[in-house]
Amino acid sequence: MAEHDTTVMEHDVHHEQGAWDGGTEPFKASYGKLMMWYFLLSDAFTFSGFLIAYGSLRFSSPTWPVPDFVFSTAPFGLHGAPLIFVTFMSFLLIISSVTMVRAVQEGHRENKRGVVFWMLLTVLGGIGFLGCQAWEWNNLIATEHMSVTRNPFGTHTEEGVYLGPDGKAGEEAVEPGKTYLLHKADLDPSLTDTEVIASFSGHGDDEGHASHAVNAYDKDYGFMYVDEGGFIHRKFVVKEGENPGEIMMEDYGPKAFGALFFGITGFHGFHVLSGVAFLLIILINAGSGVYAARKNGYEMVEKIGLYWHFVDLVWVFVFLAFYLL
Amino acid sequence: MATAVIQPNTVEEKLIDELGYDDHFHEHHDGDKYQSNFITTYVFSQDHKIIAKQFLITGMFWAVIGGLMSLVFRLQLGFPEESLAWLQPVLGKWIEINGEGMGSLSQEFYYALVTMHGTILVFFVLTAGLSGTFSNLLIPLMVGARDMASPLLNMMSYWFFLLAGLVMFFSLFLSTGPFSGGWTAYPPLSILPEASAGSGAGMTMWTLSLVLFVVSVLLGGINYITTVLNLRTKGMTMWRMPLPIWAFFITAIIGLLSFPVLASAFFLVMCDRELGTSFYLSEIFIGGQALDHVGGSPVLYQHLFWFLGHPEVYIIILPAMGIVSEVLSVNARKPIFGYKAMVYSILAIAFLSFIVWAHHMFMSGVNPFISNFFVIFTLIIAVPSAVKVFNWIATLYGGNIRFNPAMLFAIGFVSMFISGGLTGIFLGNSAIDIQMHDTYFVVAHFHIVMGVAAFFGMFAGVYHWFPKMYGRFMNDTLGKIHFWGTMVGAYAIFWPMHYIGMAGVPRRYYSFDIFQTFSHFAEMNKFITVAAILVFAFQVLFIINFFYSIWRGKKMTTQNPYGATTLEWTTPIKTGHGNWPGKIPAVQRWPYDYGKDGQDFIPQIMPLKEGEHDGGH
Repeated sequence: MAEHDTTVMEHDVHHEQGAWDGGTEPFKASYGKLMMWYFLLSDAFTFSGFLIAYGSLRFSSPTWPVPDFVFSTAPFGLHGAPLIFVTFMSFLLIISSVTMVRAVQEGHRENKRGVVFWMLLTVLGGIGFLGCQAWEWNNLIATEHMSVTRNPFGTHTEEGVYLGPDGKAGEEAVEPGKTYLLHKADLDPSLTDTEVIASFSGHGDDEGHASHAVNAYDKDYGFMYVDEGGFIHRKFVVKEGENPGEIMMEDYGPKAFGALFFGITGFHGFHVLSGVAFLLIILINAGSGVYAARKNGYEMVEKIGLYWHFVDLVWVFVFLAFYLL
Repeated sequence: MATAVIQPNTVEEKLIDELGYDDHFHEHHDGDKYQSNFITTYVFSQDHKIIAKQFLITGMFWAVIGGLMSLVFRLQLGFPEESLAWLQPVLGKWIEINGEGMGSLSQEFYYALVTMHGTILVFFVLTAGLSGTFSNLLIPLMVGARDMASPLLNMMSYWFFLLAGLVMFFSLFLSTGPFSGGWTAYPPLSILPEASAGSGAGMTMWTLSLVLFVVSVLLGGINYITTVLNLRTKGMTMWRMPLPIWAFFITAIIGLLSFPVLASAFFLVMCDRELGTSFYLSEIFIGGQALDHVGGSPVLYQHLFWFLGHPEVYIIILPAMGIVSEVLSVNARKPIFGYKAMVYSILAIAFLSFIVWAHHMFMSGVNPFISNFFVIFTLIIAVPSAVKVFNWIATLYGGNIRFNPAMLFAIGFVSMFISGGLTGIFLGNSAIDIQMHDTYFVVAHFHIVMGVAAFFGMFAGVYHWFPKMYGRFMNDTLGKIHFWGTMVGAYAIFWPMHYIGMAGVPRRYYSFDIFQTFSHFAEMNKFITVAAILVFAFQVLFIINFFYSIWRGKKMTTQNPYGATTLEWTTPIKTGHGNWPGKIPAVQRWPYDYGKDGQDFIPQIMPLKEGEHDGGH
C-alpha cells in the first residue's frame, strides 16, 4: 500500500495540478459552501420574479403612491418624516451584516468566544429589523387601514382645489402627483349632519382628520363621500385639464400596491426570520463547541453568513423598489 | 476494511489500483449508516444508485397513469359516437350516461384529464423520471465520485418528488375532480374557484404539488452542479467529461435558474386565490357580476410561467440528448463527432432557452415588435440544434453499428428530433403562428420533439444502463419489438395531427360536432386513437421486460459488456456503496477513444502513450 501511495505522489509531481483538472475544488470552496451559493442564486431568481411582477404591475398602473408620503410615519407619534424609520431599520440590517463578517473572521481565528459574541449581535440586528417591520406593518394595517386587497393611498392626477365643508371651493390645493390617504371615519349615529360638517370645518390639511366621526356610512355629505367601509373621499373642483369645473372625488389607489408591499416585504421578512432561526441554532452549536471539534471548523458560520449577506442584499433591492423609486 | 485487501483481477482493476488514488473512503464508511439495513438500503437510501432507481420506477408509474389518461380522452375524441359506459366502474360519475344508455366522458373531466396528462408527463415523467434518474445514476459514476456531494439532500430531493406526486395523485379523487385549466394553469381559470369545477380544491392541490416539486428539483439540481464541479476525480477535466454529464450539468443549471421563477408565479397565484389579491386578475365579470379584482395582469402570469416553461422543454430534452450522444458513440464504435461542438451547442441552447419564452405568447396580445425579438432568437436555436443533429449523423457515418435496442432508440431519437424540430421553425414565426396557434399542429410539434424524443432518450438510457443498475440485461428481442412498435406508432399518432392542425382544428376541444368543416377528420381522429392504444400496448411490453429482467434477465458476466470507455464500467458488476471497492480511478484521457490506433476502445483510465494526443483537447 505504501508503494501505491508513492506512485500517486510521483504522479502528482509530474503533472502540475490545475484548478479544473479534477480531484480538486475549482473555486477553492467546499461542496457545502458551493451549494449555499447555488441556493442563493436560485433564490435571487425567486426575488427577481417578484420584483419583475412589481415593476410590471406598477408601470401598467396609471398612478402609484409616492413613497415619501406613504412611509412618513415613525414610532412615538412622529409624522411627516419621510423614510426616517425605514432608514433606521435598513441601517440595523446592514450593520448586522458587518457583525456577521466579524463573526466569520473570528471563526477563521478559531475564537469561540468571538464567534458567539458577534453572532449574538447579528441575531439582535435581525430581531431588531423584524421588530421594526412588525411596527411598520402594524401601522399600515391598523392605523392607515391598508391591506392586501385595499390601498387607501391614492394619487391625484388633476389640478384643482378641495371643496370646503360648506360645499364651495376652498383654499386647499389639489396637485397632480400628490399622494393622499383616505382616512377612516368613526361611526356615531347620534350626530346630526350639521354637527358632522361642523367638525370638519377649520382644518387646513390632512392632519387631524383621522378622528372625525360621521353619522352614517355610504353617505354623501356634499363636500365628501363616506363609503361603505367608512373611508372618507374628499371632493375637489378640477381647475385645469380637459374638464375644468368638474367636481371629482378622491378614490382608492392601485390595489396592487398593498398586495405587492405585503407580499414582497413579507417574503423578505420570512427570509430574515428563518435566517435568525438558523443563526440561533448555529450560535448555540458554536457556543457548545460543536464546530471547534470539526475538521472544517467554523464553516457553518461562513455558510449562514453567505445567506445573511444575501438577505441584506435583497433588502437593498426591495428598499429601492418600494421606498426610493 | 483497508484498501489493500482488494485483489485486482481485471486490467481495469489493476489500472485503478496502480494509478487511482486512495481517499480512505472505505475506512470511514464501511458498515456505516448508509446501507446497514433494509430501510436505509432500499427506502430512505442515500445512495445515488438506489435514488436513481426510485426516480425511474416512480417516473414509470406516472408514465402509465399519464398514458392511460391520454387513452381515455383519445377514446372520447376518436369515437364520440361509441359508448364509454364500460369505463364507468373505474371513472364513476365522470362517465355520463344519457337516456339511451350511451355513456360519454364528462366534459369537465375531459379537461381534467388533458390537464393532468400534461402536468404529469412534463414534470413527473420527463423532468423527474428522466433527469432525476440518469443524473443520479450517472453523475457520480461517470465523474468518478463516491456519491453525490450531499447524499442527504439527494435523498430529500426524491422524497419531495414522491410527496408532490402523492398530493397530485390524491387530487385525482376529489369529488370536484383534479385541476382542469390546462397544464399551463393560466388565470383566470387557475385563480377563480368558480371558473370551473377543478379550479377549487383541485387547483389548490395542483399548486401545492408543484411547489413541492420545485423544492425537489432545486435540491437535486444544486447537488448535481456541485458534484460535477467539486467531485470530479483526478484527471477528469471539464473537457474529459462524457457528454451525458455535460447535459445533466447544464440541465441542472437551467432548472436552478428557471424553477424559482415558477415558484414566484405560483406564490402570487396562491395570494390571488386565498387572500383575494389581484396580481393576475383585472375587470373580471362572472354572470354579469363584476368581481372585486382590478389592476392585475393575466399576461404577467404567462411571462412568469413561460420563463420557466420554455427552459423546461430543454430541461427535458438536454438529458435525452446527452444520453443519445453517449449511446450512439458506444454503439457505432466511433468517437462522437465534434465533441466540443456538442458541448458548445448545449451551452448555446441553454443560454438561448432563457430569451425565447414569449414565443408561447404570440397570440396573448404581446406587442408585435417584442414578438420580433423572440422570433429571431427562437429561430437561432435551430443553429445549435442542427449542429447536434449533424454531429449525431456524422457519428453514425461509417460506424460499425450494433443495432441493439438502446442504439435503435438513440437513432429513433435523432429522427424524432429532426421531425419535431422542423415544425418548430414554423411555429417560431409569429406570422405563421397566427394560423397554427393552439391547433393540433402545436400538439404534434411538441409531442414529437419533447415528448416522444425525450422518451426515446429515456428508453435508450434504460436499455443501455440497465446492466449497471441491476446487473442483468433486458431482453433484446422484446426491446426491438418495443422500439419498432413505438417508432412507427408514434409517427402514426402525431403525423396526421399536422394535417388536422394545418386545417385549423383547435386543440383542447371536447367535440367538433358543430364544425361542419372538421367533420371529414373524424376518420383520421379514429386512426390516431387506435395508434395511441397500440403504442401504449408496446409500452406495456417494455414494462414487462423491465421488471422481468430485474429478476430473470440475462446475467452480466463482465464488468464492461459494451466495450465502453467511461468510468461507470470500471466499477464491479454489483456496484456497492462508494462505487469502487478500493481506490478511485484517475482519468487519463477523454471518453471517446473508439477505434483509435487499431484498438476497439481505450478506457478513460488507460494512460496516454508517449506523445499520444488526447482527443478532447
